[in-house]
Amino acid sequence: MCTYATTVLTIDGSAKGKIGWFSANQATVYFDHPVHFARRHALMVDLANPSEGPSARVGLELSPESARALAVAILDALDAVPPALFEADGGTR
Amino acid sequence: MRGDLTAATITIPGANGDEIEAYYAAPSDGGPRGSVVVLHHLPGYDAATKEITRRFAAEGFAAICPNLYSREAPGADPDDAAATARALGGVPDERLVGDVAGAAAFLRAQPASNGAVGVIGYCSGGRQSVLAACNLDLQAAVDCYGAFVVADVPDGFPFAFTSLRPLLENLSCPLLGLFGAEDQFPSPEQNVEMAILLEGHGKSFTSHTFEGAGHAFFATDRPSYRPEVATKAWGIVLDFFTTHLAEA
Repeated sequence: MCTYATTVLTIDGSAKGKIGWFSANQATVYFDHPVHFARRHALMVDLANPSEGPSARVGLELSPESARALAVAILDALDAVPPALFEADGGTR
Repeated sequence: MRGDLTAATITIPGANGDEIEAYYAAPSDGGPRGSVVVLHHLPGYDAATKEITRRFAAEGFAAICPNLYSREAPGADPDDAAATARALGGVPDERLVGDVAGAAAFLRAQPASNGAVGVIGYCSGGRQSVLAACNLDLQAAVDCYGAFVVADVPDGFPFAFTSLRPLLENLSCPLLGLFGAEDQFPSPEQNVEMAILLEGHGKSFTSHTFEGAGHAFFATDRPSYRPEVATKAWGIVLDFFTTHLAEA
């Protein structure tokens, strides 16, 4: 099945893909048919910069278990950071 | 079936006269012949869809697959183009109709054309095939597991889709539906509703719901591929087009 359900969000960061490093300002998250991962469905993440063209993209195709583990690891990593480090870059946890 | 054909990437006028990329394949003989517009799946204008296009040519039909993401991502890899189009909410319906009209006009203008043009689409292209057949003068249409033909689009849906229910009374040609019993987008219940609605409008609709198959059973490069079902369904498609594209 195609769920079509898609979340698009603005992000601030960099990613490395086919064109090398680029400023990533958009993330797209969806659960649908993967292109390469040999499963019928996957949790897909695209990190992109539309202003630099379609090739300014890093695509992830993850099993649901992997996607959840990655999400938890990201949150754990952020939770372990001393607040002063965020403040040094003008950001927040 | 000799299977001799020629195939090439070309440019055709699409909606609003925009020049769009397309993959065109035609038998090597002189015709006359019917023609088919192939609408690629949501993952884009990819190698597998071009293979489908060549298959139609090998079977005696001229076939063209327009790159529906030509505008958003010209020249991009199919997966990058599909990701770009998805983030933008997919292909607008009005533009799709214009692109299919351009593709059909191109096919009918070929010297070997008998004037008859069908359309077939896969996944999102399945819905678009029905959409095209409800807006254009076509001779046959095939919907391969297209979602949201009769289902309502949920609130907050990220694609510019609408149910095609109000358009079904305008269907211009016989329609064939090919679905997987394990699919939920579209679900078997929705496909039954589609049949009831089309019958109510006096339209010609034939459908097959295959057990042991879900969405994308035609996709040879994906785990959803079901060889026995796909082989049987290919035969049904070719018989359908042979019958309805014999003459305009």
